[in-house]
Amino acid sequence: MTKKLMKGNEVIGEAAINGGCRYFFGYPITPQNEVPEYLSKRLPEVGGMFVQAESEIAAINMVYGAAGSGARAMTSSSSPGIALKQEGISYIAGAMLPCVIVNMVRGGPGLGGIQPSQCDYFQATRGGGNGDYRLIVYAPNNLQETADIMSEAFETSDYYRVPVMILGDGMIGQMMEPVEITPPKKKRNLPAKDWATTGTDGKRKPNIINSLYLNPAQLEEHNLKLEKIYEDIKANEVRYEAYNVEDADVVCVAYGTTSRIVKSAIMECEEEGLKVGLIRPITLWPYPDEAFDKIKKDCKGLLCVEMSLGQMIDDVKIAANGRWKSYFYGRTGGMIPEPEDIKNEIKKIIRGEK
Amino acid sequence: MNEKIIMAGFGGQGVMLIGQLLTYSGMNEGKQVSWLPSYGPEMRGGTANCHVILSDAPVSSPIITKATSIIIMNNPSLGKFEPLVIPGGDIFVNSSLVDIEVERNDVNVYKIPANQLAIKLGSDKIPNMIMLGAYLAKHPVVSMDTLKSVMEKTMQGKKAAFIPVNLSGVQEGIDFINQIK
Repeated sequence: MTKKLMKGNEVIGEAAINGGCRYFFGYPITPQNEVPEYLSKRLPEVGGMFVQAESEIAAINMVYGAAGSGARAMTSSSSPGIALKQEGISYIAGAMLPCVIVNMVRGGPGLGGIQPSQCDYFQATRGGGNGDYRLIVYAPNNLQETADIMSEAFETSDYYRVPVMILGDGMIGQMMEPVEITPPKKKRNLPAKDWATTGTDGKRKPNIINSLYLNPAQLEEHNLKLEKIYEDIKANEVRYEAYNVEDADVVCVAYGTTSRIVKSAIMECEEEGLKVGLIRPITLWPYPDEAFDKIKKDCKGLLCVEMSLGQMIDDVKIAANGRWKSYFYGRTGGMIPEPEDIKNEIKKIIRGEK
Repeated sequence: MNEKIIMAGFGGQGVMLIGQLLTYSGMNEGKQVSWLPSYGPEMRGGTANCHVILSDAPVSSPIITKATSIIIMNNPSLGKFEPLVIPGGDIFVNSSLVDIEVERNDVNVYKIPANQLAIKLGSDKIPNMIMLGAYLAKHPVVSMDTLKSVMEKTMQGKKAAFIPVNLSGVQEGIDFINQIK
């Protein structure tokens, strides 16, 4: 297949089908509406089903039901819609069901706005719902990467029985870039879904999908079982891009849309002879702590740039572990940082003015 | 090559379309490309713009803060995007609809009466194509053959009938710029 010029939200839809998704449940919200629009047309063509639910809460619980029966199912929404889905996401995580959730983040809190934002980092990586659980969170920064991650997401989620979240924003959703959608590269040895509620035919004990454990000893055992899976994910699924980190006097840390703007700023710095690196987490959880180990001892500081008032900066500080000073620059509410402003922040660190 | 173009006008003037045609053509000629639209609670008659990048190197930020060219289809867009043009950059103005002047004197200004030229060609729907042609006259970053093949791919069914008039619009824009120099 040759490259096609596609819109980000359509890439999400087509790559989901490519990854084996056959069921979508959602409720409209800007800036992700082209995802359901695209899938409402495409899913019936591949023998799947599209349902526009009566609410976000209904949609995530439909995903819960479909995933419980062993199907590859997904939902997508944007910030306030994802907030509504948190109860269901926590139940799905508790019941150890695989599914994919897409959040095209917009400005908040509350209904907020519809322009690009990264203000849902905490919600995605700290558990927006209740309980000791994790999601595998990916933040692609271009459409080819979005296609590849989305195509593999269902396989990854099936393998660990942990929900996967894809974090984008209106820019990733609305822009067009050349994309080639190819079969998932990473093939996993998937265990049979012998836990799925597929009907017993009177031949086995019923499977029950549940997240209720009233006996604390049993719940602790269940939590430890989840923790073991999370440790496994931390050991095997970390993804990041590192650019000129070893030699840099300042290392920027940014993900998604913002990382591209930061890259522009870094290239302009290079033209002026400055040595600036970039760590771009592709998985926000598990966080790529190991990427920071390559930074030189006398690096003047880390600059975390986000479209928020500072959320990922917490993980940057944990990863830095006191080895370097961590600084922050961000815009919020749907405003986008400009390369010029990022450049100024970098220079302030180099000059020791921060 | 690193072309950073902003096209801007009213919704319905087809600025998104010419941006997509240029992006698609660039991709087919092996360039690195991106197309980023404005989006918002906007409707027909509201403002619309898109950022198009055609480059030899991978595109870093798809947001343009320093434009090499801008294509302006209405008054509000000129005020908004004139400050983003690099010194020595090009401003292509649809002078049929824009009646304010470019204030800067460190840029090249090309005034194209795109609506009048379109009516002369028998279609009031192609001022956008004429503006695209004007841009291509100064920046021949993609060939007419590529543009034609992209139109044939993206304008199918009933829309296919409009390919010749659209191409004639692009050619008119090219010819207009070439005869004034």
